[in-house]
Amino acid sequence: MSGPAAIAELLAAALIVLGAGFALVGSWGLVRLPSLMERLHGPTKASTLGMGAMLVASVVWFQLGEGVWTTHELLISLFLFVTAPISANMIAKVHLHRLRTAELSGGACEPAGPAGRPTPPPGSADWATHEAPHEGTPGDLAGD
Amino acid sequence: MTMSVLEGALAFGFTALGLALAMNLWRLLKGPGVTDRILALDTMVINVIGLIVLAGISGGSGTSFEAALLLAMVGFVGTVAYAKFLLRGDIIE
Repeated sequence: MSGPAAIAELLAAALIVLGAGFALVGSWGLVRLPSLMERLHGPTKASTLGMGAMLVASVVWFQLGEGVWTTHELLISLFLFVTAPISANMIAKVHLHRLRTAELSGGACEPAGPAGRPTPPPGSADWATHEAPHEGTPGDLAGD
Repeated sequence: MTMSVLEGALAFGFTALGLALAMNLWRLLKGPGVTDRILALDTMVINVIGLIVLAGISGGSGTSFEAALLLAMVGFVGTVAYAKFLLRGDIIE
């Protein structure tokens, strides 16, 4: 094997190693980091960079190795790029909501990480739920 | 027995993703909160998509990518449904 096929193999191998390494480091972060807001960081980077690299490896391999263009990978990669921030945002909203309700009822919460506690919303408002706007929050038109 | 560069990379990739899945499983079982479990499940889905992609490269067929795409969609909808249920107590209002 020589020429383009060898280069394609090397490139695909490098991208696979890079992607799998990112996935491994992201999951290691999920295990090691102290609070949920920090644990959110690891897997979101792994899903965009790690999966992106592996999917590009697959495109490169099938194009230069076998001469076929496959676009499914790009579709998966686009879908992951769009959905990863949304699901991370939803998880963060659930976390803030549960933290807030636990503080209001005086229950125990998880220890704060190096970033400290999230600042409380003004007044009696709750983060992240879709209730009617509370006084002093951005959705409260009457208070302006 | 000699291994080509791509075979070595694939072996590394399968091992790394297997280890990553084991760590996600640990977080899924340990918690401590329900939010951590949702995050662990979401990450597991992402890592399984990676495994399917590697299996597609290793098998040399392009048919496994439909499975990866379906899993990406189902995983996203599942995560959002869990989060919505915890936020609102209902999934479809």
